[in-house]
Amino acid sequence: MVATLVRLRFLLLFNGLKKSPWQIIAVILGGLYGLVLLATAIAGLAVLRAAPVDLARTVVVLAGSAAIIGWTFLPVLSSGIDQTVDPARLAQYPVSVNTLVVALAVSGVLGVPGIVTTLAALGTVVTWSRDPLSVLAALVSVVIGVLTAIVGSRMLAALASRVGSGRRAREAKTLFVIIPLILLGPIVFLVSNGLKEARGILPIIADVLGWTPFGAAWAVPADVAAGDFARAGLELLIALATLVAFVALWRWGLGRALETPARPAAAQVSRRGSGLFGVFPGTPTGAVAARALTYWMRDPRYAQSLITIPLVPALLFFWGGFGDNLAILVWVGPVVAVLLSMSIYTDVSYDNTAFALHLQTGVRGVADRWGRVIALAVFAVPVSLVLLVASVAVSNSWHLLPGLLGITSGILLSGFAVSSVVSGRFTFAVPAPGESPFRSKPGGGFSLMLSTFATWSILGVLVLPELALALASFATGDPLWGWLSIPVGLGLGTVLLVTGVRVGGRILDARGPELLAQLQRQK
Amino acid sequence: MSTAQLPALEIRHLTKHFGQTAAVDDLELVVPSGSFFGLVGPNGAGKTTTLSMATGLLRPDNGSVSIHGVDVWTNLVEAKSLVGNLSDGVRLFDRLTGTQLVTYAGLLYGMERAVVTERVADLLTMLDLEGAGSTLVVDYSAGMTKKIALACALVHAPRLLVLDEPFESVDPVSAANIRDILDGFVASGGTVIVSSHVMDLVQRMCDHVAVIDKGRVIASGTTDEVRAGSTLEDRFVELVGGRNTGKGPEWLRLS
Repeated sequence: MVATLVRLRFLLLFNGLKKSPWQIIAVILGGLYGLVLLATAIAGLAVLRAAPVDLARTVVVLAGSAAIIGWTFLPVLSSGIDQTVDPARLAQYPVSVNTLVVALAVSGVLGVPGIVTTLAALGTVVTWSRDPLSVLAALVSVVIGVLTAIVGSRMLAALASRVGSGRRAREAKTLFVIIPLILLGPIVFLVSNGLKEARGILPIIADVLGWTPFGAAWAVPADVAAGDFARAGLELLIALATLVAFVALWRWGLGRALETPARPAAAQVSRRGSGLFGVFPGTPTGAVAARALTYWMRDPRYAQSLITIPLVPALLFFWGGFGDNLAILVWVGPVVAVLLSMSIYTDVSYDNTAFALHLQTGVRGVADRWGRVIALAVFAVPVSLVLLVASVAVSNSWHLLPGLLGITSGILLSGFAVSSVVSGRFTFAVPAPGESPFRSKPGGGFSLMLSTFATWSILGVLVLPELALALASFATGDPLWGWLSIPVGLGLGTVLLVTGVRVGGRILDARGPELLAQLQRQK
Repeated sequence: MSTAQLPALEIRHLTKHFGQTAAVDDLELVVPSGSFFGLVGPNGAGKTTTLSMATGLLRPDNGSVSIHGVDVWTNLVEAKSLVGNLSDGVRLFDRLTGTQLVTYAGLLYGMERAVVTERVADLLTMLDLEGAGSTLVVDYSAGMTKKIALACALVHAPRLLVLDEPFESVDPVSAANIRDILDGFVASGGTVIVSSHVMDLVQRMCDHVAVIDKGRVIASGTTDEVRAGSTLEDRFVELVGGRNTGKGPEWLRLS
């Protein structure tokens, strides 16, 4: 029975892939990318073999704890990265809970993330190959650590599905990821000073983690290598107790899930009237804009593309060496403009087959395109400009403002244009409506990376004139070039936008049925 | 000849291949104006594919479709304004409330907002959805979802209604209400095409019927002509074949 269930998992994976050859290519490329990362990790662990025990201990315990914490908590929040074999669907078959526990654990280990984790964990055996006893301890720690990670992911998923598997609960869980991510920016600013001395506290963090369920397993071989057997024994006990507790909790959650399959939560929230449909003009374009903006507010998949916005200042701040170089912050405006204006190039793919309504009603392609652009522009333009002015104010580089305004306005307008054409022609493997925004279809992540690269390159070429003028102004210090870039950015951008919307609209009018067929295949 | 005498839907030599298989194979069908037309056929017979092509959602490989004399694939926009369409197996914009979704459909058809607002209220009342107008469609039951999709198809007062499996998972009371609405629509001069698996329903409801199998029409005419004295269900099984008369394998018989 265990073998049957494990085979089922792989059958589901391969049958899913068979639907699209591109997906297979994307999976292979994604796998290669993973291999490179894995090779780097193992090489690093091998190098650590020559390092002092203390340093090796800090690195291994921190990385191992991160792996277990990541495995345990991320899948719940993302509604399960690997739910290929859903226990709820097996509820009708006479499979005992114990069989299910073993089968799901094995198929977890044999999945791509499971294999990668196992191989990387085996790298620690190299790190600890200092004496036979340490090697033995490392092998034991790998087995316990990997199993804890995989069982941990299943356990919390099984328990969380009891809390609520209705739509609202799922979306609430998504918010739990999004809110900390949004707060991350300000948090980084606040703790950045502390982080400067972070290098000093890392060993302390590792020491503490070694006594917790997440790091205990990884600390065992380190203490064996250091000759502290009493401490190693205690940590081994903690690690084993963690694994046993995780399995017991998981088993209990699975049992509950099989007995009382989750039911959709009853509807509670209600919204009177026609909402934004009463705010925008009562035309097809206005209706599309109202619908799109409603989705920006209600659909977690759109919220996901918004979370990157506050991260931009944070990352640039990091880059600038925690405030040593504030000038780099002025690029916040242009970068945010790129992210926002390109965020709708998968818009029709997000619609999924609901796009059929646009086709049924015979709405003109141009109206469809303008509506989506207007909904985005309503907040993208003010957000980009506010961030731009704020970044200039913080870094006190007002002399750069004209050039930055030219670049940012050019990027926004040209980005809308590129998105309008691309989303009318191509569909992408994005999460379906109601699915977790973090769930990626096999290969979907990689093909999105490729298409992002392609569309951003096109955008880069289209904004070259205003970019060149602005850079000339920055280099020469002559503000005239900067002021010139504003009319060029606005003028060229407007021409591109009108052209992009028209071309995109014409493509939609001509190829609407083909686009719908593409969406249906992707469903 | 005025458009009233033209057939509501006329399909000639319609063909669609998916890879090697012909989903619709040189199909011919005429739906008279003012008829309540049933389209029946086994699973995979090509009903949904035919209806998608007839309403401009799927481009045919070959053949022509005209609605009240308007060629669908050369005058897409004009043809679409004549049709109300309930597709099976496509999603709705379900993050909108019921009211918003039907309003959206109306505005996309290019109607005035005041007219849309009035009709949305009428439609929700007619389909027993007044209480659900402010609920997100994603939280609707399957039957309510069908009804709100039907409201989207009716909002622009089309002359031809094309309904793919409209009664699936709709409760009996709502189904009876929908049938009354459709009867009234036909009585006032409109044309309705429904596809269904429920033969009893089609026999009671429709005055015309066509049987589709393997992408072709194998029988078409008034319901009485097609069923030829028998029940529609028996006649359908006779036409399509594939009925097993055995009692199933030995091991499935418990005594």
